[in-house]
Amino acid sequence: MWVRILAVFIKELKQLSRDRMTFGMIVMIPLVQLMLFGYAINTDARHVPVGLVDLSQTAESRALEQAVTATQSVNFIARYRSIKGAETALTRGDIKAFLYLPPDMTRRLFGHPRYDAKQTDSPLTRPVGQWIVDGSDTVIASTIRALRDMPLNEVADHNTVRPTASFAVVQYYNPEQRTVVNIVPGLVAVILTMTMILFTSAAIVREHEQGNMEFLITTPVSPMELMIGKIAPYILVGLVQVAIILSMGHWVFSVPIQGGLLSLLSGSILFIFASLTLGLVISTIVKTQLQAMQLTIFILLPSILLSGFMFPYDAMPVPAQWIAEALPVTHFMRMIRAIVLRDANIVLLGKDALWLGLFAVGGLIVASLRFKKKLE
Amino acid sequence: MNHATPNKPPEMTYAIESKGLTKRFGNSIAVNQLDLAIPKGCIYGFLGPNGCGKSTTIPLLTGLLVPSEGEVSILGAPLAGHEESLKNRIGYMTQKFSLYDNLTVRENLNFVGAIYGFLGRRKKARIEELLTLYDLEQQAKQFAGSMSGGQKQRLALACATLHSPELLFLDEPTSAVDPENRREFWERLFDLSSTGTTILVSTHYMDEAERCHALAIMEQGHKRADGSPQTLMDTMPAAVVEIRGDQLRQLKQCLIEHPQILSAAQIGSNLRILVKKDVPDPLAFIQQFSADREITLTRPSLEDVFVTSTGGRHVG
Repeated sequence: MWVRILAVFIKELKQLSRDRMTFGMIVMIPLVQLMLFGYAINTDARHVPVGLVDLSQTAESRALEQAVTATQSVNFIARYRSIKGAETALTRGDIKAFLYLPPDMTRRLFGHPRYDAKQTDSPLTRPVGQWIVDGSDTVIASTIRALRDMPLNEVADHNTVRPTASFAVVQYYNPEQRTVVNIVPGLVAVILTMTMILFTSAAIVREHEQGNMEFLITTPVSPMELMIGKIAPYILVGLVQVAIILSMGHWVFSVPIQGGLLSLLSGSILFIFASLTLGLVISTIVKTQLQAMQLTIFILLPSILLSGFMFPYDAMPVPAQWIAEALPVTHFMRMIRAIVLRDANIVLLGKDALWLGLFAVGGLIVASLRFKKKLE
Repeated sequence: MNHATPNKPPEMTYAIESKGLTKRFGNSIAVNQLDLAIPKGCIYGFLGPNGCGKSTTIPLLTGLLVPSEGEVSILGAPLAGHEESLKNRIGYMTQKFSLYDNLTVRENLNFVGAIYGFLGRRKKARIEELLTLYDLEQQAKQFAGSMSGGQKQRLALACATLHSPELLFLDEPTSAVDPENRREFWERLFDLSSTGTTILVSTHYMDEAERCHALAIMEQGHKRADGSPQTLMDTMPAAVVEIRGDQLRQLKQCLIEHPQILSAAQIGSNLRILVKKDVPDPLAFIQQFSADREITLTRPSLEDVFVTSTGGRHVG
């Protein structure tokens, strides 16, 4: 049995090392995606393009505009003479929001307690202006919403006493709130899902398409031997990718690697194994490499969107969480972030680790059972 | 070309036996009630046009397809339930080259050797033996994909026979090689046969079929004829008449109208006519249509047997 597994393993490894394109993808996919997403993905919206409708035209209105710009949340890219003009620009999509300052803005400002501490809130106190926001993008809308209680004392150029916060907040593990710290370990999970499933989903069907299977099924090799021999080389490939992403993430994006190597290694191997067997199951279902690709994308999309990579798992409705739980990547997303960022060990993450292990063994059995040494 | 029938062992044993073997795909019947009894040690041919069921029969006999009906015995054991254990005793060379193009000749042999459980020195020795036997020493380090048709075919045969199978299946083995390589290939098959290997080969070439010890002519899933090439030619239910002369096309059109004429085909400047055996004097029968041409009675060829047995001309 071991002889045959080893024979398939060596054969796969040799074929892989001669396939320059695939070999290049193993290295280039993680590198390019890390650079791209590491820089590009930022859930913290800044410099949102906005417009200004200033009907007050006073020194105070210009000071207010500067104070708003100073928050770095928005960039005033255009001015409009009327609300109508600004609304057209909003519809066209030139701006995401605009600030309307009414003609009596100065009077409103002087009566505002945030401007002048001597003033108190009364039914006569009015907001100094109004934000009209394209609320369809919730990230941008919440950025603008954060400006609602913006302090106005900077406009006045005199200090007012800031009210004491209701809560103090201490941010562990990512004190500077850099998105990339959360993205890099997540990328490990997403890239592994993509490459591992992609490589093996084509593995069996490729032998069918190239005619090799016709010979293989007449030999004494058993389905289980063939499956194990075929996925084993990719465990090495997966570990190389983990190493590339984490080390580049560490050096280029200063992502701290807190966790122990042993937990990282065992967690990664479990996930790689689970993804590979998922690919094998796909490979026993499809008839052509093109179908394998399509089915891989069908798995890949929910893996990216539901796993907690982009959107918080806890914010999803419960049925979506069930679907997410069924995907191996969700479990690994939790594990890798815990290990890399929070120095959790594999024992602490036993539930996720166990699930990945069961998934992998189950997938291997299903793939072996589905693979028939028969012609159709 | 005649080859002596192999020495039959005192007690007749069959390498392949089948009874009522039938395979249906949906409504179409690919193989219909096929009875076979192929003795050990012989080279047995399946001759038939494309789609006659010969390429379905081989997977049925190797356990790759499950028959709809009928029974198969391979090397004395029933095939059903013994498919996996029999795989160590049979070899299979596929119609299309099915080894790995991006592995070298030696790597392919190493892979197949390990799959059949050959290890270490035993594997190395067997591979060296095969490289010499199949004249592949020069190509040992060459990628299989970059070799010529003849070389690929030799590698495929080397891989199919690496574990010295008792029974070897060859599915249209020479469809991708030139006549010179085909000749050489058959010499190798006779070498294998002389060491006791039973060989079943499917083909649509007459000259190849003629080399077999025995053959079955297949059409539309039915076995139309079975026997040694010589017997088939001797017992053919038609006489062969050749006409020499001009305006053969018109004559052919006129002749094939008659139910006594099984077939008429032009070969060079001759018209070869198959006349049913129940015509008492075939020469005189033809004479009445073509008075002023040269008419002779000739020996049947295997192609005549094939034509007689297929295309609805099947008698008995």
